[in-house]
Amino acid sequence: MSISIAEVEESAASALSAIAGAKDLAELKVVKIEHLGDKSGLSKASQALGKVAAEEKATFGKIVGEAKAKVSAAFEARIKVLESDRDARVLIEERVDVTLPLDRRSSGGIHPLTSLREDISDLFIGMGYEVAEGPEIEAEWLNFDALNIPADHPARTMQDTFFIEPISAGLVLRTHTSPVQIRTMLERTPPIYVICPGRTFRSDELDATHTPVFNQVEGLVIDRGITMANLKGTLDHFATAMFGQGIVTRLRPSFFPFTEPSAEVDIRCFACRGENTLENDSCRTCRGEGWIEWGGCGMVNPKVLQACGVDQNEFSGFAFGMGLERTLMFRHGITDMRDIVEGDIRFTQHFGAGR
Amino acid sequence: MKFPISWVSEFAKLPKDLDSDSITQALVGAGFEVEGVQNLADEIKGPIKFGKVISIEEITEYKKPIRWVSVDVGEIHNVICGAQNFKVGDHVVVALPGALLPGPFPITARETYGRTSDGMICSARELGMGDDHTGILVMEEQDSPIGSDAIATLGLDEVIFDVAINPDRGYAMSIRGIARELATAFNLDFQDPASLVEVNDANSQSGPIKVSIIEGADRIHLRSVSEVNPNAKSPLWMVRRLQMCGMRSISIAVDVTNYVMIELGQPLHAFDSDRIKGSIIVRSAKEIKTIKTLDEQQRELFPENLLIADESGALAIAGTMGGFESEVTSKTKAITIEAAHFDPVLIAKNARSHKLSTEASRRFERGVDPLLTHIASMRAVNLLVEHTGANYIGFNSVDNLKSAQKIQFDPQAPSKVIGGKYTNEVVQEVLRAIGCEIDESKKDLWQVTRPSWRPDLNASIDLVEEVARLNGYENIPSILPASPLSRGLTPAQRRRRRVVQLLANRGLTEVQSYPFVSAETISIMGFTGDRAKSYRLANPISEQEPFLRTHLVPGLIQTGLKNFSRGVRSLGIFEIGNIYRAINEPSDSPIIGVDTKPSAEEIAKLLAHVPKQPLCIGGFFAGAIERESWWGKGRNFDWSDATEAAVEVVRSCGYEPTIHASDFAPWHPGRCAELRVNGTMVGHSGELHPRVISALGLPERAGAFMVNLDAIPYPESVKAKSITTMVPTIQDIALIVKSEVVLADLTNALIQGAGELLEKIELFDRYQGAGVPEGQLSYAFTLTFRAADRTLTAEEVGGYRASAIVSANKACGAVLRS
Ligand SMILES: [Zn+2]
Repeated sequence: MSISIAEVEESAASALSAIAGAKDLAELKVVKIEHLGDKSGLSKASQALGKVAAEEKATFGKIVGEAKAKVSAAFEARIKVLESDRDARVLIEERVDVTLPLDRRSSGGIHPLTSLREDISDLFIGMGYEVAEGPEIEAEWLNFDALNIPADHPARTMQDTFFIEPISAGLVLRTHTSPVQIRTMLERTPPIYVICPGRTFRSDELDATHTPVFNQVEGLVIDRGITMANLKGTLDHFATAMFGQGIVTRLRPSFFPFTEPSAEVDIRCFACRGENTLENDSCRTCRGEGWIEWGGCGMVNPKVLQACGVDQNEFSGFAFGMGLERTLMFRHGITDMRDIVEGDIRFTQHFGAGR
Repeated sequence: MKFPISWVSEFAKLPKDLDSDSITQALVGAGFEVEGVQNLADEIKGPIKFGKVISIEEITEYKKPIRWVSVDVGEIHNVICGAQNFKVGDHVVVALPGALLPGPFPITARETYGRTSDGMICSARELGMGDDHTGILVMEEQDSPIGSDAIATLGLDEVIFDVAINPDRGYAMSIRGIARELATAFNLDFQDPASLVEVNDANSQSGPIKVSIIEGADRIHLRSVSEVNPNAKSPLWMVRRLQMCGMRSISIAVDVTNYVMIELGQPLHAFDSDRIKGSIIVRSAKEIKTIKTLDEQQRELFPENLLIADESGALAIAGTMGGFESEVTSKTKAITIEAAHFDPVLIAKNARSHKLSTEASRRFERGVDPLLTHIASMRAVNLLVEHTGANYIGFNSVDNLKSAQKIQFDPQAPSKVIGGKYTNEVVQEVLRAIGCEIDESKKDLWQVTRPSWRPDLNASIDLVEEVARLNGYENIPSILPASPLSRGLTPAQRRRRRVVQLLANRGLTEVQSYPFVSAETISIMGFTGDRAKSYRLANPISEQEPFLRTHLVPGLIQTGLKNFSRGVRSLGIFEIGNIYRAINEPSDSPIIGVDTKPSAEEIAKLLAHVPKQPLCIGGFFAGAIERESWWGKGRNFDWSDATEAAVEVVRSCGYEPTIHASDFAPWHPGRCAELRVNGTMVGHSGELHPRVISALGLPERAGAFMVNLDAIPYPESVKAKSITTMVPTIQDIALIVKSEVVLADLTNALIQGAGELLEKIELFDRYQGAGVPEGQLSYAFTLTFRAADRTLTAEEVGGYRASAIVSANKACGAVLRS
């Protein structure tokens, strides 16, 4: 059997055309068997090479080799194209709708009072304070006596304070977090820079602005040379951090047994910024006063320092206290205290689990 | 305290053009919260004039009697009037067309009863002068010149302030005190009303009623008048002022005492002299058991109540309320005015023990100027003499007053405490403005004598406060202190944040519930023994819920129920908070003073007296944890979700808890896990007891957990483990055990037997059915072995596997599944 050069060239051309015409990998596989397999024209030409006359062997061999290389190269190139076509098609076929809902589980939430407590703690830690805590059932001595609230003081009646039975045990649900200040002064030596967040209790019925169980944050600083100006500076910083730039505080003379001088702390109305004070009904937030009551403060009363053994020749201090619920209401536009305390999960979930 | 600003102006000449906003700001700046400002002029407009009734025609054709009245208000107006309490010649108040009365009620000429009524004759109520509407207001002739403006005369255009007085500022519960504050604020001259009263008490003890003090007072004055005209009426201006201060006119004697009290701040009492038996004694009640007070209440006295008594018994609860029997009546001819300076604490107790907070007691509690008793009583007598035609007979008094201690005062103290610079001159000016006397003979330690009306000034710091206050708190600079370095949050505080974040990220919602529980809840939960020992509040908000929580789960369930009632069907909630268990009956409180720091022993005793209140975190789950949707079926919460959450809480505290079957209320006895750390119980979790679920109507299979965060120790810092690159060898084991065997025991036995090179053991199948005998279970585990220094041979690992199986067989009777 002999094969002509023309036949070889024809086999190669037909192989190339078949490779180019293969539309997918399966067709290409058939083409491969047909045109590169053992029974293909080019394979037969290779096999016939042995029978070719010696003088033609070199020329014929070269022609067959070139044809085979060309076809192989075309095959390799075609397989790459078809493979990449296939891969692209698979990716399209495997597409999913990534906008399908993923809420297998409902999302949780951190109570905004918890978040607020953390924010305030972080703020004061950044200012060099530490966070002090204490028990909710508290000794009367720590809640009242040491704070210069003597036994016959009106705050110590059952109208304001929850007493634990028997009364002789001298235990109450703390009415403020001030006993934590006392505990801190008894335990540590100055300088003291602490804030005391926590739950407090007063025997009020729940309504839109009162709750018998509420949260406070108090601050206490005892150090050398502490002045009321330092108190004012601290409160201004605190107010700005809570309510935004430009929201400064105003101190108004007041009376608390545990501080002297004492002051009420007002903040600049964040709704009207005190700019519309002429019209009495101009601002619903501050009723036209331009200021909103935020908390109480003062210089620690010498009688309190005395009961806690702080050397008054060396140290002085200030204290302040705010309601967390009230602060939260201001920050988030909450108008009814009951939303905060009732435990409706919609309220908390709206705030989410992060910040 | 309510007062018309015109009264204040008598003693501090406020400029006419001073508006009420400026006055409000001055009061607020001085520490007096302004609770209200009422400008009467906003509510009333003229022409409102005094007129004389010229003629009255009675009109009878209507159901009620009507009068057609001619009044002369400088011109004649004819007016229809329904009231009958006036006659021709009486002076009345007429609102003419164009006037506006409070309501608002505009006056026009109008057709009524067939005539044109050209104005209105007014009652006191129509003029905004109180509630008296028994008839129209008939004026005294001398008070009401015909045609003159009634608005000014009747003070219908006054500005009335309502001011809250802090408990340390008793002196400000008077026109005298307020006027002094405003004079200082506006830098005006102040005329002390007390100095306007002339007292000439040379003839000592000239009165008819002897007086003595046994206790509870250091000064008392009685002044007596006779020949009181019982028909005398309080003058109009006095009645109006009292009205504007929120008090009703009662009788001239009572009105005079109230008037002087408001003006000077000294509460007074008027007795009918003829009803006093013998002398007057200030004493505690002791054997005197009752008094009928002038509100006609019969009151049981406490032995420690301070009284004004005579020889027959109690005349008054001192400083609080007078007695009915000695009250001045319309027949009284002789009056004794009593002015005393009582111990504020005793008056506070009087008021509290009888729940009688009166104008007098509120002033005495806050502190009254002790040097007013002779002046205020004299002022009252002068008014009685002037308006009742009475004769002043004389006075009796006791004066045990001690002079107040001088205050040692460093003039630098204000600068040191307030911050900023207060010169000696500024400090002097303030102290003198409030009435202090200063002895400067020692340059850096002044001797300051407080004024008698400022019993609140006792120490240097009180004077510093006055300097800060009168210089204006708004002038205090704002300076951040240079604070030390913080150590940051404590491990407990960090733990608290971590567990809250963990549960929120697991899809739970944080709630905060009240710690008050009912006896019924305790019983439904099935708490017994120490776990049912609850603290009880002496004065709970609700008598149904007098106990404090011993557990978080009841409150979580309550909160869950509230949400269910609002349409929620599934929820996972958690709460972090303290619980309180009254394991020991509370003992009596240790008694500790406040004059010095308590001893270390006293402090320890006090702190130990306060019960431990562990911080716990609890969760409650009900309904679906996963809903049904495109991914397939939903899934309900079950015991395992509660336990998984609890385990993760413990893990985030740094420990892998061990889990043990438990039977613990309020959980299902067969579905309750106890979590332990280092062998100590730290919490429970699982499905709630079916009895709890049905009693409270909870969704089936609701679960809960609680972990005591305080019971979990704080782990020591972790030492790093070197990470080996050797490949692990994995072995599977399938074992058959009786179904009573608890997985934890089986796992532990395998771990024990497998030896130290066991890196990990995982359960991958739990099977019951064909191929496994009845009453038995098949468990399949994957055991991973690895050594740090070599690749393990199959032979070596086979040995460990065999040893694990032997151990499981010994401990749990496990046999290899073939
Ligand atoms: Zn505003």
